Amino acid sequence: MILIVLVIIPLIATALSALTDRARFGAFITLTGATGVLVLSVYSAMEVICSSKHVLVSIPGWIAVDSFGILILLLVAFVNMTASLFSAGYMDLDRGESRRYYSNFNLFTFSMLVVPLLQEPNMVWIALELTTLFSVLLVGFENTHEALEAAWKYVVLTLMGAAIALLGFLILYWAARHANIDSYTWSGLLLIAPHMSPVLLKASFVFILAGLGAKVGLVPLHTWLPDAHSQAPSPVCALLSGVETTVVLYVILRLLPIIRLVPSIHANMWLISFGLVSVGAAAFLLLQVRDYKRLFAFSTVEHMGIILTAVGIGGGMAHTGAMLQIVGHALTKSFCFYAAGSVLLLMGTRDIGSVHGLIKRAPATGVALLSGGLAIAGAPPFVLFMSEFSILRAGLHQQRYFVTGLLALFIAIAFFAIMNHVSRMVFGSDEASEKGISSPLPITCKLTLVIAALPVVVLGFYIHGALYKLLMLAAATMGG
Amino acid sequence: MTVFTGMTDLVSNLNALAGGLFIVATFGIVVARQVRACLRFFVFQSFFLAVSAFMLGIIPFSVHLMAVGTINLIAKVWILPWILLHMLGEEVYTRREIDQVVSIPASLIIALVLTIVSCFLSLPWLKAVSAAKALYINIPIGLAGLFLGAYTLTARREAVPQLLGLLAMENSAFFAGIAVAPDLPLISELALVFDLLILIFVVSILTRRVHKHLGTTTVGRLEKLREEPYK
Repeated sequence: MILIVLVIIPLIATALSALTDRARFGAFITLTGATGVLVLSVYSAMEVICSSKHVLVSIPGWIAVDSFGILILLLVAFVNMTASLFSAGYMDLDRGESRRYYSNFNLFTFSMLVVPLLQEPNMVWIALELTTLFSVLLVGFENTHEALEAAWKYVVLTLMGAAIALLGFLILYWAARHANIDSYTWSGLLLIAPHMSPVLLKASFVFILAGLGAKVGLVPLHTWLPDAHSQAPSPVCALLSGVETTVVLYVILRLLPIIRLVPSIHANMWLISFGLVSVGAAAFLLLQVRDYKRLFAFSTVEHMGIILTAVGIGGGMAHTGAMLQIVGHALTKSFCFYAAGSVLLLMGTRDIGSVHGLIKRAPATGVALLSGGLAIAGAPPFVLFMSEFSILRAGLHQQRYFVTGLLALFIAIAFFAIMNHVSRMVFGSDEASEKGISSPLPITCKLTLVIAALPVVVLGFYIHGALYKLLMLAAATMGG
Repeated sequence: MTVFTGMTDLVSNLNALAGGLFIVATFGIVVARQVRACLRFFVFQSFFLAVSAFMLGIIPFSVHLMAVGTINLIAKVWILPWILLHMLGEEVYTRREIDQVVSIPASLIIALVLTIVSCFLSLPWLKAVSAAKALYINIPIGLAGLFLGAYTLTARREAVPQLLGLLAMENSAFFAGIAVAPDLPLISELALVFDLLILIFVVSILTRRVHKHLGTTTVGRLEKLREEPYK
């Protein structure tokens, strides 16, 4: 029941925010809804951890959530809350725009919340397609040439991927039906996987990986991602880059234990190849970006690659590392986009070369950007350092020296690239333009930066027992 | 008994005919020069998708497939073109594709190659489960349609033909789907169609905005966003 209430809240918020033109009201409704969703997700997470089977069922066979699902749900709920708080100060909305922005925003949230709750794979596909459809107009919200171009590329490439994935899902259904499946759900598939035809299962896996890979931003299907993730309004960027990619990745990873039961498919090899190519390509592309929002967008491609590689390495340690990486990426990347959004608000440019000496001109924003850069690049003491370290350690432990070595090299290049750009912006000096900034950052933006930074810093030192248990349980769902 | 066998043969032949016409319509989407013609080919394609669903649903009789066929007929042959025609201005439809990335004869040859490749690709799947006769029609054609739709997306520069390429891909996945998953829960089918209508709606709004703010619908020519190294 609680899960159903949880997804209805954003729908109510959509309806309410469509009623009025007043931006403040829209922001208030959205923030209230988002807080409610967050509270309910924390509550359901506790239920999942405490229940004996570690699942929470609302409608058997249709709506339920297990440890992995609830982890994703928590991330979506948290980033959604911070993004709606950030929107309140960041978005300068005219009459009529507010209605458009907030109703769309809540619909987008709805579609992302639904994905981890649905148990029937075909319905999951539909929800995934909705995440694209409900976010397209947010990407093109500003109606500039760049924003509209980005929105078009986004919708065409990801929906093309979705159509390819649809065939994959239908082939999966075919294989399951041929093996006389009882209930067509993720868990039902897991039971029947050994009896399914390996040829069909492989075909469906390849189609789904390629199709959804386009939406996750795996190279070479990533071309739309830096455009869309940089041109959208910053709070939407945080949602897109922080959690939308994660939600899609979740579906691929849901499929993985099923595929792994048929060793002849070599699922791990597929993941490692896609993953390493993405990390490598992103690392080199990061070197030459000129727009700081694109910088963080490319880093999303890098992190998705790291997660896939980690899961591909396999084993409990790597899986736990991958789960922590998922959590760390969602939290850190959304924080980075809030920092980048604040810089954009103050400086009015996205060009890295035009921003200098932030630390003197706007100390708070400068510190936020610097710590965001360090955190996303994987420096200690932030959470991504922990996860990347444990992934690399797991790789060495499993004697996958080549894969681990390449991964470490690419992470190092990406680190250098990100810090090179960020330090230019934060420290570099330019006598001519070094004056203070007149209009201060809105209070809600500052508050968002603090709230979003908290878990990024805290999780680097200390992981609470309940969260640790959730991470372990989620890692265990990955199978062999 | 002979009547029954004759009936089965007739129905499966009609399904094969629908499949053939389906792929011909898809070729039409790939090569049509005018936006309006492209839309017409899409309507034909959706119509033959519905016909195939009806044919597959006759023997053995399946209420499901009949419903799927009817939903398709209403949503894609009737509502969808109506939305597209009404949401976008006349000007979009009178446009001709003057500068396709690949010339039309070359596109035809590529489309042909893609079709043949997809036949060979799908054969091992069909053999793996010793599939029924209808699958030998629907799977390769569905796969071919998927590839042709993807090709349309990359080769076209106009907004509406690109959108139709997308829809053709989805139609093709369905064309394979009605054969492999005839008993898909009706709620998924309905949700799929609902989803499709949202798609049309959203993409039409986007196209309108592109047209309004940028003064063109040749989306393939938009290339402001790209990486340039530091000078």
